[in-house]
Amino acid sequence: MVKKILQSTYLWLILIFLYAPVVLLVVYSFNASTEIGSWSKEWNFSLYKMLFTDAKILNAIKNTIFLALSSSAIATILGTIGAIGMYYSKPKTFRIFNTITQIPIVNAEIVTAISLALVCSMLLFPRTYASLLIAHVVLTFPFVVTSVLPKLKQMDPNLYEAGLDLGASPLKALFTITIPEISPGIASGFMIAITLSLDDYIITNFTKPSTIDTISTYAYNAYAKNSANTSIPALRALSAIIFAVIIISVVAVNLSANKKVREREGK
Amino acid sequence: MADKIIELKKVSKIYDGTAVVDNIDLYIRKGEFVTLLGPSGCGKSTTLRMIAGFEKPDSGEILLNGKDITQIPPYLRPINTVFQRYALFPHLNVYDNIAYGLKLKRVKNVYEDKNGKQVVKYEKISKKVIDEKVSRALKMVDLEEFEKRDVTTLSGGQQQRIAIARAIVNEPEILLLDEPLGALDLKMRQDMQLELKEMHKKLGITFIYVTHDQEEALTMSDTIVVMNDGVIQQIGTPKDIYNEPKNSFVADFIGESNIMSGTIAGDHKVRFIGHVFDMVDDFELHEKVDVVVRPEDIYIVNKDKGQVNGKIISSIFKGIHYEMTFLVGKTEIIIQDTAERMVGEEVSIIIKPEDIHIMKKEYLVNSYDGYITKNNKVAFAEGEFDCDVTKLYPGSHLDEEEYLITADGQRIDLTDTPVKVEVPLDKVEIIDNEEDGNTSGEIISIIYKGDHYQVIIRTPEEEEDFVVDTEYLWNENDKVSVKIKPEDITLKLKVK
Repeated sequence: MVKKILQSTYLWLILIFLYAPVVLLVVYSFNASTEIGSWSKEWNFSLYKMLFTDAKILNAIKNTIFLALSSSAIATILGTIGAIGMYYSKPKTFRIFNTITQIPIVNAEIVTAISLALVCSMLLFPRTYASLLIAHVVLTFPFVVTSVLPKLKQMDPNLYEAGLDLGASPLKALFTITIPEISPGIASGFMIAITLSLDDYIITNFTKPSTIDTISTYAYNAYAKNSANTSIPALRALSAIIFAVIIISVVAVNLSANKKVREREGK
Repeated sequence: MADKIIELKKVSKIYDGTAVVDNIDLYIRKGEFVTLLGPSGCGKSTTLRMIAGFEKPDSGEILLNGKDITQIPPYLRPINTVFQRYALFPHLNVYDNIAYGLKLKRVKNVYEDKNGKQVVKYEKISKKVIDEKVSRALKMVDLEEFEKRDVTTLSGGQQQRIAIARAIVNEPEILLLDEPLGALDLKMRQDMQLELKEMHKKLGITFIYVTHDQEEALTMSDTIVVMNDGVIQQIGTPKDIYNEPKNSFVADFIGESNIMSGTIAGDHKVRFIGHVFDMVDDFELHEKVDVVVRPEDIYIVNKDKGQVNGKIISSIFKGIHYEMTFLVGKTEIIIQDTAERMVGEEVSIIIKPEDIHIMKKEYLVNSYDGYITKNNKVAFAEGEFDCDVTKLYPGSHLDEEEYLITADGQRIDLTDTPVKVEVPLDKVEIIDNEEDGNTSGEIISIIYKGDHYQVIIRTPEEEEDFVVDTEYLWNENDKVSVKIKPEDITLKLKVK
């Protein structure tokens, strides 16, 4: 009995530590006070209103989403091609490329950021949207490769051969058999790429032109430069929205996965 | 006789320096049901994959209807394959799996335009025709109305049928089957064997079937190609292969058999297990041979009533018959009979002349190319062996500095002299510990020959074989080492 109480207390403590700050943030997103802690007057949606009227914030949101989608799409295409190329190459070549793609994953992000900035300066490549896009592709590409490769390894090698055997050219077999077979890996690679790109600060800050801001750079810089900035509290509303979107998508993914399992077992 | 549909000419395939398929010649006639039979790793699957086009031979050529197709990729060959683990596309349903090949196909149609000129168009097969063909193929494999099913929900047997339907729907000239029944249980396998044979009759196309199951091969095939170690051992009808095995590997691999050493004792007479038997094969007098007798061809009679007396030392009930071991001298003979004889009973056996099959001995002696090393040892098969180098020159001896002095006083340094080395089969000692012998290798084959085992040990790098006659039982794939006494090594100078 005592053991049970201790167990659940421990569990609840951890959950509170994890979620209390987020809950606090969400609660205060419905209050216009400049600081969290001092509750001013009543519940309202003024922060949400500000969020959708402040041009700078709107721009940052647009930039972030557009950057995340475009860089992830490019990284997914390149990463999938890379993984397929690696998988079908000789074992020695595979090992070399596998190590090369693993390094950026373990490497400290600040090192990647500084090296990208250095390369840009060296090549006299001006900081533009293009440099930012390339930097994000560099950031997310290895993650796509590592999520596609296991799917290729799991695939029955006879499947591709069966395609050839039934008259498909290698390219046709690649698109009608290999790609559909590894599509779950490609999709999860794309999702990982998006989440990495969305909240990246370090690499973005080193490679972006001064005129472009993403949500993370805007938030960091706003807090750092000027605490009196009137739009700062609006970021609370933004965070609450992002949190809600994430919760909804996680729950949706889990529900659909459960449904699939039940369908399989039902038959 | 029908035309040759496929022909392999001196085809070899090499992986990591090992010839998996070693210079084979083989042809298959149109409409035949041919089985490539052999133990795992014998090269049968690689041969099939070369016919399908998944592997390119390292040398030799493959002809289809007399045309060289060696360099033609698999998707341009009129050949379809049924894979061992089915290889159905999991993201497609049954219909789309079967229609996959048809949808890719382009049919040559010739039209006449307004000016009466002929126009050739390559067109897709219409949806209606595809529908018809798919349902016909499904009917062929007894799975009508399965079109919309998800392939992952099907049982193993059903998946196998879909895989067969997917291959035959393309109307290939040759159907390749790579151990297609390996994953099914015994009862289902037997049913499918008969169904496949039936299907072969109906379709009239050439079937090339790969299996390691000799019973399956005997049941289904018109022709069996027995392979071992990348080499074709024998090609023949199931009856030929069973009744007239060419060598002890085939005799041992197909069915159960007693293989014994014998000597030709006269015209149509052979001596083995201490008795001279009449037989029907023609061999030279005094030739050492291997004698094969199938266990079901030996008759047990009461003591002194047969040709050879002996004792029953074991008996096992096998359902339709008893499998008994008959001991005569040191030789054990397996006999199958429906009447049981008690263990310990003294009995006599009779073997009819036509049931005695004689094979030439494959190995009479081990011979190698070697050379003499600095310290007057001989190096061959990845090892160094003590030997008596004075045997190379009659009347010679060694001086105190280990130089050889010939009979007429000439002083010779033998270092690096190339020699021919011969070692009798029964003079090679096998040692369990890999380090203790002069050279080591892996046991690649064991065949029981009545009173001894014939073991073949292969060295890893140069792939030299030691054929050893021993009374002791070893295990295949064991790593062992080999020791030979100096007096058992015969050396001969190589003529330059």
